[in-house]
Amino acid sequence: MISAAENMLVKFDDVSFSYGNTPILNGVNLAIPRGQVIAIMGGSGSGKTTLLRLIGGEARPTAGTVHVAGEIVHELDRNRLFRLRRKMGMLFQFGALFTDLSVFDNVAFQMREHTDLPEDMIRDLVLMKLHAVGLRGAHHLMPTELSGGMARRVALARSIALDPMLMMFDEPFTGLDPISLGVIGGLIRRLTDALGMTSILVTHDVQESLQIVDHVYFLADGKIVAHGTPEEVSQSATPFVHQFIHGEVDGPVPFHYQARAYADDLGIRLK
Amino acid sequence: MIDGIWRLGGASHFILLVLLKSWTSFARPRLITREIYYAGVMSLVIITVSGLFVGLVLGLQGYETLQKFGSESAVGTLVALSLVRELGPVVAGLLFASRAGSAMTAEIGLMKATEQLSAMGMMAVDPIARVVAPKFWAGVFSMPLLAAMFSVMGVFGGYLVTVVVIGVDEGSFWSQMQNAVDFRYDIVNGVIKSCCFGVVITAIAVFEGFDAPPTAEGVSMATTRTVVTSSLAILGLDFVLTAFMFRGVA
Repeated sequence: MISAAENMLVKFDDVSFSYGNTPILNGVNLAIPRGQVIAIMGGSGSGKTTLLRLIGGEARPTAGTVHVAGEIVHELDRNRLFRLRRKMGMLFQFGALFTDLSVFDNVAFQMREHTDLPEDMIRDLVLMKLHAVGLRGAHHLMPTELSGGMARRVALARSIALDPMLMMFDEPFTGLDPISLGVIGGLIRRLTDALGMTSILVTHDVQESLQIVDHVYFLADGKIVAHGTPEEVSQSATPFVHQFIHGEVDGPVPFHYQARAYADDLGIRLK
Repeated sequence: MIDGIWRLGGASHFILLVLLKSWTSFARPRLITREIYYAGVMSLVIITVSGLFVGLVLGLQGYETLQKFGSESAVGTLVALSLVRELGPVVAGLLFASRAGSAMTAEIGLMKATEQLSAMGMMAVDPIARVVAPKFWAGVFSMPLLAAMFSVMGVFGGYLVTVVVIGVDEGSFWSQMQNAVDFRYDIVNGVIKSCCFGVVITAIAVFEGFDAPPTAEGVSMATTRTVVTSSLAILGLDFVLTAFMFRGVA
């Protein structure tokens, strides 16, 4: 029997982070159980991507601890961090495919770097991964020959090359046409279930995400302000969640950036 | 001033990391040979053509001056010494910085801007060991060979214009050159210079690329900085090396 604490693959305890003097995260607490698809939502610049960078050990928290698979990420030395990263996959916003390698070589990259598998076995594995994202026939193409949606699918195949236990998706839906959007969304859910992974989506694409995730966290002002299942957050009366889900222009997140009084800026004296 | 020193410290630390992580490159020499193709082989055209023209001009100008003193047969010596000691390493270095150094900076900078380096790091592959170190060593190996090629083409250019076109005696052209050019004093010193320039150019190029802000403007500025900084470094370093190597004592 696995205890509740052991079942948490990722756990943030009072995590704060700042770039120089600019605070980004301020006392974030969250726990992500194994086998689920989690969405972290928030406005642009709310620190969502920073959360992923903290999980991957690319950034160090200024306070608090980030646990992944029972290890405190920022306390690991380089070798142990790299060993942990081999169990993680990350899909970058625009794919980040290696432009000097073909689609096939991109997907084969980690297998060649980290394993001693013979080339014919790598070939079979790469074609299987590409088949899973529907692009087996595109294995000979270069990344520059792919559309945005195809590039992201190839990047997805590359990131699951070594069957990671944790997948992170950084804005997987940005800039995609409706068909590609549905394809990527469906793939995330299907691959998570089929490979027994845990997936974390960082996104501000509400409608697509709510269809595929198990749990949603909302991030604002460096804190988790609300969380719940898609049904719960859809009916939430919390002003921030309501504004976010329904895409309202004004609300707790103001339309106007902080500024002096309008009349002062225009030089108008009100009597 | 403080920023400059800070940056120099950062660059030194970075190059030290590159050296420490170079074993991956040597364990997989294909990584280096691939980069030698891009940095070295792809620079061959500009290096050979420039070398030929520099040799042609040196031959003409040398003949023009030497014939006033009736020593036009020494033109071979003039061409060879100028090239082997100075122009070969220096001009080839300047061309290498503009052709290959800028390309290295742009490639690394763009890989950073498009998150390819981050993606590699997240795949537990160290970008310094996998991307930067092979480029560094490819530049270090290519530069002396390119400088040698530049000098060979320059001597050939000098031969063409003075012996074939003007009609200077072929025997004295080559024999005076052979007598005057010393292997240890001239050629080895020239090779040492080109090796030093190779290290400096590629160190600057890979650091600027890795340090570039991940934006279009950042990469373009880094590329410019590579060419400007390495050109100035070559000229300054050349003076220092020349002062140590050639003091008229041999």
